[in-house]
Amino acid sequence: MIEIQNLTKSYGQIKAVDDISFTVEKGEVLGFLGPNGAGKSTTMNIITGFIPSTEGTVKVNGFDIMESPAEVKRRIGYLPELPPLYMDMTVSEYLSFAADLKNVSKRQKKSQMADIMELVKLTDVRGRLIKNLSKGYKQRVGLAQALMGSPEVLILDEPTVGLDPKQIIEIRKLIKALGKQHTIILSSHILPEVSAVCERVVIINKGKIAAVDTPENLSKGMGTVSKLSATIAGPKSSIIGFIQGIYGIKYVEPHLEKDKDVVEYIIESDKEIDVRRPLFFAMAKAGYPIIELKSLDLTLEDIFLQITTQEKEVI
Amino acid sequence: MFSIFKKEFKSYFTSATAYVMMGMFVLVSSILFYINLVSQTADFSFNLNYMSIILIIIIPILTMKILADERKSGTEVMLITSPTSLTNIVVGKYLAALSVFLIMTAITFIYPIILAVLGEPAMSEIIGGYIGFILLGASFLAFGLFASSLTESQIIAAIVSVVGLVLMWLLQGIAPALGGVTAKVLNWFSLFSRTEDFYAGILSLAPIVYYLSFSAIFVFITIRIIEKRRWSKG
Repeated sequence: MIEIQNLTKSYGQIKAVDDISFTVEKGEVLGFLGPNGAGKSTTMNIITGFIPSTEGTVKVNGFDIMESPAEVKRRIGYLPELPPLYMDMTVSEYLSFAADLKNVSKRQKKSQMADIMELVKLTDVRGRLIKNLSKGYKQRVGLAQALMGSPEVLILDEPTVGLDPKQIIEIRKLIKALGKQHTIILSSHILPEVSAVCERVVIINKGKIAAVDTPENLSKGMGTVSKLSATIAGPKSSIIGFIQGIYGIKYVEPHLEKDKDVVEYIIESDKEIDVRRPLFFAMAKAGYPIIELKSLDLTLEDIFLQITTQEKEVI
Repeated sequence: MFSIFKKEFKSYFTSATAYVMMGMFVLVSSILFYINLVSQTADFSFNLNYMSIILIIIIPILTMKILADERKSGTEVMLITSPTSLTNIVVGKYLAALSVFLIMTAITFIYPIILAVLGEPAMSEIIGGYIGFILLGASFLAFGLFASSLTESQIIAAIVSVVGLVLMWLLQGIAPALGGVTAKVLNWFSLFSRTEDFYAGILSLAPIVYYLSFSAIFVFITIRIIEKRRWSKG
């Protein structure tokens, strides 16, 4: 659906985007992740045809953005970081303009506007001036504008930035629902957002791609140890002794004393060996009950930091 | 193009800009007409001459936000990433401003009508004069559009176009004094001096072509400027 090849954008000596290539399949929700200033918005601006690239190509459904911009732009709905809103218009005036701009036929316009307003829950505020709406509503109006003309591809640049937690959850739900009918590229610097919504993640740092994978694979693939947290009742020193005796365990440390003689331990073991069963039997035999046991998988947060700091060292 | 035109035209009337400018223009032209009546002359070219000087202020205010504001508020992204071409966007906006100007001008048609009722004005001079006046305004609008594409700030856009138009106005006095090639070059920008024929009731092809090409060139430059800026921005 979207093919990006060797995309580069330079400003003088500085390369904001440096030789990026990836593809997005039809119907996929792709997360575009990176710290602020990594080149996310620049890449999105190039894909949508707002700015031209220095080198490389972007193709949407086989059409090149430089060669047939109108064909590409017709297929893309774009919500930039700052929603492009005319503050002096009412919501329905604005959406009507968006429909005209995207050449929606007069016949379809009314029903499409009604559908979209229903979908993003704007029907109640349709007659209000955009400048009087709250930030969350403004964001929805921006999203509604992107949906106008039923584009196959949605490009959303930090769609939840600046919203309160409740609104964030709503917008995420909405994006998930939209993912069923659209191909979506979603940028964010917030990790839980991407893992909640996206099927695949591209991590970008300093204009280069640092990793491409599913959120699950990324959490699995990194590092050589797996971590466990175990809360066990019993005297600390003898428990540590028992745990260290189990095959495969590399390291153990008391993390938090939860109660008198109830301590949470952090246990690290070889990735290939599941130590949870031996741990259970060892503790049962010794007569120290395990109150709680859970595995601490690397969160996207950890991976993100690992990848972006590794990159720093290379540079 | 029509969608942009419609939106832009509407926006003149949702904000106070169009009303205030029309009010100002009608006020000034009424005062001029009053002088007409008091001095008991049916020479309308006097009115058109002063009305065209007032345009130096009015046109920049009509055009100052036309592109600058889109850029500042970030709505430019929506226009450029839509399937509508940049040429259609700029021309649509230009035509919207032109329509407001035409409405404004049409209001003043009432004065020659009154003159025609009261006396016997030279209608050919009036009609020719209005054609010249409208062509002049269209050129001013193109220049204002161009000024608005240079900056994000409406105020700077307005200042650039007022200063530009005042310079062009002064040119007709300066150019002949300088003589030689300089005079010739400066004469290209002398918008005002070319209205003389029209106000005298003469319709000749040269000034008509001049005004139309002046407008077209500035609309074209505006498109190029926006295009150029896209290449250099992040």
